[in-house]
Amino acid sequence: MDTIIKAIVFLPLIGFLIAGLGGNAIGAKASEYVTSGFMIVAAILSWIVFFDVAMGETEMIKVSVLRWVQSGGFDTEWAFRVDTLTAVMLVVVNSVSTLVHVYSIGYMHHDPHRPRFFAYLSLFTFAMLMLVTSDNLLQMFFGWEGVGLASYLLIGFWYKKPSACAAAMKAFIVNRVGDFGFALGIFSVFVLFGSVNFETIFATAATYLPAEGAADAAEPVINLFGMTLDKSHALTATCLLLFMGAMGKSAQFLLHTWLPDAMEGPTPVSALIHAATMVTAGVFLVARMSPIFELSHDALTVVTLIGAITAFFAATVGLVQNDIKRVIAYSTCSQLGYMFVALGIGAYGAAIFHLFTHAFFKALLFLGAGSVIHAVDGEQDMRYMGGLRKHIPVTFWMMTIGTLALTGVGIPGTVIGFAGFFSKDAIIESAFASHSSVSGFAFTLLVIAALFTSFYSWRLAFLTFFGKPRASADVMHHVHESPAVMLIPLYLLAAGAVLAGVIFVEYFYGHHYDEFWQGALFVSAENHLVHEFHNVPLWVKWSPFAAMALGFVTAWYMYIRSPETPKVLAEQHRVLYQFLLNKWYFDELYDFLFVRPAKRLGRFLWKKGDGTVIDGFGPNGVAARVIDVTGRVVRLQTGYLYHYAFAMLLGIAALVTWMMLGSSF
Amino acid sequence: MTDWPILSAVTFLPLVGVVLLLLTREDSPYGRRNILNVSLLTTVFTFVLSLFIWIGFDNSNPGFQMVEKVDWLGTGISYHLGVDGISMLFVILSTFLMPFCVLASWETIGKRLKEYMIAFLLLEVFMVGVFVSLDIVLFYVFFEAGLIPMFIIIGVWGGKDRVYASYKFFLYTLLGSVLMLLAIMAMYWQAGTTDITELLVYSFPAHMQTWLWLAFFASFAVKMPMWPVHTWLPDAHVQAPTAGSVILAGVLLKLGGYGFVRFSLAMFPLASDYFAPFVFALSVIAIIYTSLVAMMQDDMKKLIAYSSVAHMGYVTMGIFAANAQGVQGALFQMLSHGIVSGALFLCVGVVYDRLHTREIAAYGGLVNNMPKYAVAFMVFTMANVGLPGTSGFVGEIMTLLGAFRANTWVALFATTGVILSASYALWLYRRMIFGALEKESLKALLDLSPREKLILYPMVILTIFFGVYPAPVFDATAASVDALLNNYTAALQAAQSVALSAN
Repeated sequence: MDTIIKAIVFLPLIGFLIAGLGGNAIGAKASEYVTSGFMIVAAILSWIVFFDVAMGETEMIKVSVLRWVQSGGFDTEWAFRVDTLTAVMLVVVNSVSTLVHVYSIGYMHHDPHRPRFFAYLSLFTFAMLMLVTSDNLLQMFFGWEGVGLASYLLIGFWYKKPSACAAAMKAFIVNRVGDFGFALGIFSVFVLFGSVNFETIFATAATYLPAEGAADAAEPVINLFGMTLDKSHALTATCLLLFMGAMGKSAQFLLHTWLPDAMEGPTPVSALIHAATMVTAGVFLVARMSPIFELSHDALTVVTLIGAITAFFAATVGLVQNDIKRVIAYSTCSQLGYMFVALGIGAYGAAIFHLFTHAFFKALLFLGAGSVIHAVDGEQDMRYMGGLRKHIPVTFWMMTIGTLALTGVGIPGTVIGFAGFFSKDAIIESAFASHSSVSGFAFTLLVIAALFTSFYSWRLAFLTFFGKPRASADVMHHVHESPAVMLIPLYLLAAGAVLAGVIFVEYFYGHHYDEFWQGALFVSAENHLVHEFHNVPLWVKWSPFAAMALGFVTAWYMYIRSPETPKVLAEQHRVLYQFLLNKWYFDELYDFLFVRPAKRLGRFLWKKGDGTVIDGFGPNGVAARVIDVTGRVVRLQTGYLYHYAFAMLLGIAALVTWMMLGSSF
Repeated sequence: MTDWPILSAVTFLPLVGVVLLLLTREDSPYGRRNILNVSLLTTVFTFVLSLFIWIGFDNSNPGFQMVEKVDWLGTGISYHLGVDGISMLFVILSTFLMPFCVLASWETIGKRLKEYMIAFLLLEVFMVGVFVSLDIVLFYVFFEAGLIPMFIIIGVWGGKDRVYASYKFFLYTLLGSVLMLLAIMAMYWQAGTTDITELLVYSFPAHMQTWLWLAFFASFAVKMPMWPVHTWLPDAHVQAPTAGSVILAGVLLKLGGYGFVRFSLAMFPLASDYFAPFVFALSVIAIIYTSLVAMMQDDMKKLIAYSSVAHMGYVTMGIFAANAQGVQGALFQMLSHGIVSGALFLCVGVVYDRLHTREIAAYGGLVNNMPKYAVAFMVFTMANVGLPGTSGFVGEIMTLLGAFRANTWVALFATTGVILSASYALWLYRRMIFGALEKESLKALLDLSPREKLILYPMVILTIFFGVYPAPVFDATAASVDALLNNYTAALQAAQSVALSAN
């Protein structure tokens, strides 16, 4: 098993090295086959591990590889820790990555830089695997920033486009804002637990909080940013710092601005990184750290609030976007909000389940969108599509399956439904059933978001595939279905989007919960959500269904029945429309609040601080005096050198003389 | 291993090269060739020889090793050499960077090549000498003497404002070194010895520590350089030839950090503890202030110079956090920065040699015709940003962790550096490397030559190697740093109990 796990993680790395270093020597075809071939092997092995660890008896496998940073009490190594949570992630990451590799063979067919593209894809996969298999927070941080690097490189893959370069930089820097919190969180964990290794943290966390009313309950353990905190508050602060990292990576409200721009990258990248895998790293982080998050109600409340706001906010923006990829990007952002709500209310299993199903149907939607873009010659604006259903029927059906899964179509109370139906409804019902102080708020926003989700998803489908063609005759003339190498990944993902829910629901968040997770997700003794969410009132069970149906009907009315309505509405509610179209003006706000002041301050410190003040009163001021005195007789360059050497020698001579005299006393 | 004077051999081996160079003539292509070959062979041989120091080094011994001691003038001053875990790797760093400096100067130095190489070889003697000296007078001599070749290098082979730059360098360092000399005299007066090993176990009275600490601080802070005495560095870098910048950033800046660990922290623990908040404040200001300034630079060498100041802020912060992670992290950060910033300046040199401008706006889209260069530059940019997996990360995260344990506010502000460094470094990369190749002047540029590959590729490998496997460095430094910190805490506790019993 150890070898298998090493192979899973290192095969993509080897693929990256071969395609990255030798790509030009072996050619594009060979690079594609090598990286994709390695990924296929890694994916098959991941499923083997999944059946052994998650579905089987094996509880946890640990593989040590190499020493890493060791200093004082800080002791980390490169090691893999595979429990059910990791096994689930391995399956998600490697399956989607393999399909994206294969799909890209077709999609990137005309690109001159294919070896580089495939090398980046494999590099990303490697970093993501390091993240999910880490056995300590520092290695997780390695994977965390590693996927950030790969994302940066892939968003900026078409480096000739200024917008792509800008988006790549923005993604990296906004993620770094999150990492700022993550790093501080790691430090705080080290101070509180004396280690950043998961085993030690989890073992200590179990008995970390003193009992109610114990003598040392209010004893301060850390002084954090001027606050003297006892154990329970220290944990809350630590969790919030770690969560800041999760917010950055998972594009949650306030740190979401990079994700829509990241759509500048090639579409397979959006499917892999910005939908199925990397952006879920934040969800993974919170689930992984559930033993300490579960101890802090306040931190979980914040997670719930941010998740619910994101789910709602992103869905509102998604309503009016015209770029097909941006609609799906905001949808991703919104769905991640659902996952965070699940985490926040303590339904970790539901969060990971939604992560799992979402990976299939969102990758399907993105790759389907890629197929559409491929068909219409690179056009991404839905206002120039329409009527494509008959021209690209396979893509149409695949996109429809993705949409049905995303909107959560299914019949409540039965086992009939698409993947999203099981996971999303489980979250909404759990939100209602939970005892969190913000459960009502979260439930309401999630149901509204479900309505919006349904609306924008069907709007996308109707604008793209129905109605009259709005593309130019030239483009319409060339519309063609994608080749098999692109369609086969779609079939497989579609199978996942249909079946992943019904097959796995009882394991992730149902009867087999305990045997499946085997303690990989920690829940406190009072948390019985996995049983309680079944007992919600009937109207709660039907409310997401109703929201979904209402969204569908509205979209149908506005884009099929009466296509003039949207324009009229936009005219009537200009301010609201502009507000949504401009993404609540976050980019403008941040530019005004952070970017421009930083630049102004930098220039000020440089010109005034360094120039006028320090140099002015320091060396230049002195220089002016010196020049007055010497009257520029001595050539400066040699003159000062000799002066200096002379002064130094004089000093040494004085010292030596003085010591010789001194020692004779 | 210890029965022959390896430290003296490594220190003075470059002098053999100097003698040989004095015998050559420069007036023909053959003469030029000879000069280059002699210099390269000397530096390579010195580096190989210095590796034996590392091989023979006993990681478990916290004390000084390979010690050589000869009385000098019968004055109490002695020729005393030795290395411990704190200094040993700096010796290797110095000898490692020298061959790259020779290679970087292969074609670019037109006039007075012989004198140029002699200056560099002398510089190597002095730099290594600083790190192996165990007598404070000897240390001072090497410490100050090293500035003279650097002056000459900037002043003679520098850019068009070299006079201003070298003069600024002079003003700053003179102030510091005069104060340090006074402090050394005072220490001798008090302790009756100039031997560092004896001074390390001598405990200076508290009030005296304050003054001695300040005097040493003046010298080391300028060297480091710390805010607000950093403004000489950007000018010096901009004017220095590429190899000069490499040594300046790679080794000379480390003299300050080494001094802080060896003298300030080890000999004046009470004062170090007292002044730690002051150093923290300056470090944090340096990190934020210079990162912001770096962001707005139009000259790429200045940008990298300012980023060096920010990175040195992590070092001072880590040292005075005075815990294992902080000090070891600071040592690691210095070694890593020696490689990474040296490599960044070499990268600047590569394009400067082609286009003769350091203006960032003159570049753009280099990835199109210089892909190999783009890859190497990307690795160093990411190391500068502190991406995990590169050596830059290990030092940064350890110093931040050390600071967090000492004072969370410091860590909070210093950690904003991870955002700011990403901003300036990626923006530089984007402006130079990414984009379409539109400027006519750039279209004919060729990718890395074999010589440039020979310079940059080993640096790439080391940057990643030490990021993935930093253990060799931590193993070497651990014992000495632990011993130092034990003495440090013992001294603080002793002072505390004295204060308590006095009440």
